[in-house]
Amino acid sequence: MYTEAVMDHFTNPRNAGEIPDADGVGEVGNSVCGDIMKIYVKINDDRIVDIKFKTFGCGAAIATSSILTEMVKGKTLSEALKVTNKAVAEALGGLPPQKMHCSNLAADALQKAIADYGQRNFKSPENAV
Amino acid sequence: MERIYLDHAATTPIDPRVVEAMTPYFSNIYGNPSTIYQEGREAKKAIEGSREKVANLLGAKDFREVIFTGGGSEGDNLAISGVAWAYQEKGKHIITSAAEHHAVLDTCRNMEKHGFSVTYLPVDEYGMVAPEAVREAITDQTILVSLMHANNEVGTIQPIAQISDIVHERGIIFHTDAVQTVGTIPVNVEELGVDLLSLSAHKFYGPKGVGALYVKKGTRLRKLIHGGTQERELRAGTENVAGIVGLVKALELAVSEQGETLPGIMKLREYLSGELLSRFSHVKLNGHPTMRLPGNVNISFEYVEGESILLNLDLKGIAASSGSACTSGSLDPSHVLLAMGLSHEAAHGSLRLTIGKNNTKQELDYVLGVLEETIERLRAISPLYPVQASPAPRKEYLECTPKQ
Repeated sequence: MYTEAVMDHFTNPRNAGEIPDADGVGEVGNSVCGDIMKIYVKINDDRIVDIKFKTFGCGAAIATSSILTEMVKGKTLSEALKVTNKAVAEALGGLPPQKMHCSNLAADALQKAIADYGQRNFKSPENAV
Repeated sequence: MERIYLDHAATTPIDPRVVEAMTPYFSNIYGNPSTIYQEGREAKKAIEGSREKVANLLGAKDFREVIFTGGGSEGDNLAISGVAWAYQEKGKHIITSAAEHHAVLDTCRNMEKHGFSVTYLPVDEYGMVAPEAVREAITDQTILVSLMHANNEVGTIQPIAQISDIVHERGIIFHTDAVQTVGTIPVNVEELGVDLLSLSAHKFYGPKGVGALYVKKGTRLRKLIHGGTQERELRAGTENVAGIVGLVKALELAVSEQGETLPGIMKLREYLSGELLSRFSHVKLNGHPTMRLPGNVNISFEYVEGESILLNLDLKGIAASSGSACTSGSLDPSHVLLAMGLSHEAAHGSLRLTIGKNNTKQELDYVLGVLEETIERLRAISPLYPVQASPAPRKEYLECTPKQ
């Protein structure tokens, strides 16, 4: 039911963990549905220099979180924001249809993390870019 | 890698002696039982002999009370729809429970579409239906009560005999889905006091795709499958002769060997439950502590999700099951665990291990070791796992709103 890439990321998740002094944190999903993804980013000079995730969920949820961190690490924020959930699923060679909605939210979590970073740093209009 | 199979509530491997008994009916004795020549007569004889044996093994008074079906789900469908349609003039109310198998629940929901009303009784924290709740739910319109003998997910055994007294006081028909109990623990239709009982062969080391429905004499049914006059005109279609022979052989073996196999299975269950509770933190055993199926262990691991546990176990050669939504193809986790009052999260993190007659303690020790690694690994990447001793209260949402 899962592709080799999914199983690979599920078995050996990349960048799992937390960044205690993260510049932005994004969380999506809820425990009722059985999937929660939390993404931590460290940003330097508009670029994601470090990224980690913590995920409660099924194989697809863990694999999408893992591959997303690989896809965006080192990217600029504008590049990273272009990564969609669909692109994440494609990078894994596809997901079972029933997993596309509930377990494929990693890109959303990243967007939230970047938005969080934006809020923390550019809250007042004077600082806005 | 040697696989370790711990999903005997889902299905069981067919016993080689059953295969042996079935084999002639695929090749030599291939006649259609409805024909009059020798090939057909032999097949017919096999079926009727099987019917008598099943009746005897279930404690039925008359062999005509046994109808062969295509399995447990068909038996449940035939029992519920069949009684509902046959007795609709008397009333249009059915009583069942919220923790039934989908074969019962969905059949009841379907009858609601046809103008019947259905009461879904709650279960307690152990998955048990209160007999008094059945009494209170009965109305003048009630024609059928359908409650499972033992729950497939958590293994809780219902007080069927007690409930049957209440149901029969009011002259109402009582069906039990005994798919999880027949062949696993002693089952006697007279002692249970049921009017209908469905069973399935593949749950007790028999073949898939064949089952039986016990229908007490005098109970009317409207058939679901139309065509020929097979099975007392209650189930059309050329009989699954080899399957029926296999069902009987498997049931004979199960019943005659229960005395030997049950104590061993129960001992392994106690060992597994005990080890799980002592080796893991943040776990909860689900189901009734004593009134339960001998081989069923159902446990919730907090902060992890069931499908990811199953995937890890599978990679290590272990087959098991979970009440997680991700394994059911729906968004909601096990309706049984939710009906018992478990949180969504605990239901998502549930693991069902069902022990069979061929499992060993060595296998369970290996499984426990793998589980320790797995749970530790998954909790380490879980955002819910408390870093401090007391986790902050988490938000619970009312419903799932998946992204479209």
